[in-house]
Amino acid sequence: MAATISGDERNLLARNMAEAVARQSYGKLVAFLAARTRDVAAAEDALSEAFASALADWPKNGCPANPEGWLLTVARRKAIDMLRRRRHEETVDEWQTMSDSLEAAENNGQIPDQRLALMFACAHPAIDASIRSPLILQVVLGLDAKAIASAFLTSPAAMGKRLVRAKEKIKQAGIPFVIPEKEELPGRLDVVLDAIYAAFAEGWTDPAGTDATRRDLTEESLFLARLVTDLLPQEPEALGLLALMLHAEARRRARRSEEGEFVPLAQQNIELWDSGMIREAEDLLKRASAMGLLGRYQLEAALQSAHVHRVHTGHWNWQEVVQIYDALLGISSSPVVAINRALAIAELDGAEAGLKDLQQLAADPRLTEYQPYWAARAELLAKTGACQEAREAYDIAIGLESDAAVRRFLQGRQSALKL
Amino acid sequence: MQYLLLLYADEAGWTKMSKAEQEQGYAAYMAYTEALKKAGALKSSNRLQPIATATTIRTTNGKQQVLDGPYVESKEQLGGYYLIDVPDLDAALSWASRCPGAGHGIVEVRPIWSM
Repeated sequence: MAATISGDERNLLARNMAEAVARQSYGKLVAFLAARTRDVAAAEDALSEAFASALADWPKNGCPANPEGWLLTVARRKAIDMLRRRRHEETVDEWQTMSDSLEAAENNGQIPDQRLALMFACAHPAIDASIRSPLILQVVLGLDAKAIASAFLTSPAAMGKRLVRAKEKIKQAGIPFVIPEKEELPGRLDVVLDAIYAAFAEGWTDPAGTDATRRDLTEESLFLARLVTDLLPQEPEALGLLALMLHAEARRRARRSEEGEFVPLAQQNIELWDSGMIREAEDLLKRASAMGLLGRYQLEAALQSAHVHRVHTGHWNWQEVVQIYDALLGISSSPVVAINRALAIAELDGAEAGLKDLQQLAADPRLTEYQPYWAARAELLAKTGACQEAREAYDIAIGLESDAAVRRFLQGRQSALKL
Repeated sequence: MQYLLLLYADEAGWTKMSKAEQEQGYAAYMAYTEALKKAGALKSSNRLQPIATATTIRTTNGKQQVLDGPYVESKEQLGGYYLIDVPDLDAALSWASRCPGAGHGIVEVRPIWSM
């Protein structure tokens, strides 16, 4: 019997195709549509209408051979209609002139990939630093304000407003869609990488992976990091960031016990580590270091690598770890790095030495509300036998912790103190 | 796109300068203006008289008032502007960073609202 495709199957086929294009090419299509007009919001609106048309048209007429080109053509037409309705004749011209490059793109099936230029526009120094990361997630990946807001712990309405304002700024201030020139590139790239890492870190704050939106965020930011390394394979810091993220992601399953309890690195079951990801991270790091230009992300990835190596082999390498922290401190005087260095010093020269280093940081007012400082202090005090002081430090660390599993872990350490 | 570069600086700084320093300052602005012209980016530019000459009109409680002095009293004052026409914000920022005013004060870059 000849196989006939039912209406339901055709619908499903069309939806799958549309979803696959959205997943793979959303940012590419937005970038193409917005590059000339710099009107990201109009590009997004037009594209979402084009996706809606696709879901209506494709089941009837079959999926087009070049779905990206199909979507762009429809989106462009939708945008022109929309602008005409709003009587923006002067911008209509800009959309009209897009037809030449669109035709070329449709004919050879190649949409020029301007996603990187789009990311550089989103992470432009003229855009407020705190909105760069959400903006990239929305514009390049198509995440909605609600999902982004929940990951960044703000209200969807407020996040939506800030995203709209940022897109307005791109358009009104004339922020260009370009990859910066060679001499400017490293500094500007750092901002893009920071924005991607911020998205990853937001996803990472849910290590149990129970919150679906956050879980997604780590995957999405890995996708972005891969995209940057694909488009800029000669930038060592981009490779370093991807290596760092893969190292962290590789240990996700081991960070919590089956009962949901926090498991510190040294006690993790290495069977649960994703060895494929670790290998990929190590390869990336090797490639990056061969380029001979060290940076923050390569160093942080190197730290992860050293920790993994130590737990894997039992080879005591705290000397090396302290050296990497020193190099990191040479780049930026982050209190976070200094705290972790003090913990490494404690491994190397004993708890007293680590505590002494930590003491030097105590004057930094940012640390009074910084949980890792108090947790580190408590650990080291406990090791030196200063139980009363350790108990007090644990109290503050527990009070500042928002993750219930880590809180329980700290409470356990606190109650294990000798009276 | 057109951008207005607004130059803010502490006016007192100028009067404290020696004659030679002032001349050097002038020369730097002249050179900058010339460079903008050569690049075809300059639309117009002007230096403003000190804020002591400023007069403000504002409406309080529905009544219009004429007041002596600038809109805001601050450490730096608006002292001049350049109106430039360049392709995008990056080009505008790179001109702003070359402006002598960026060396001793603040340059605010504002896109012009195109009608």
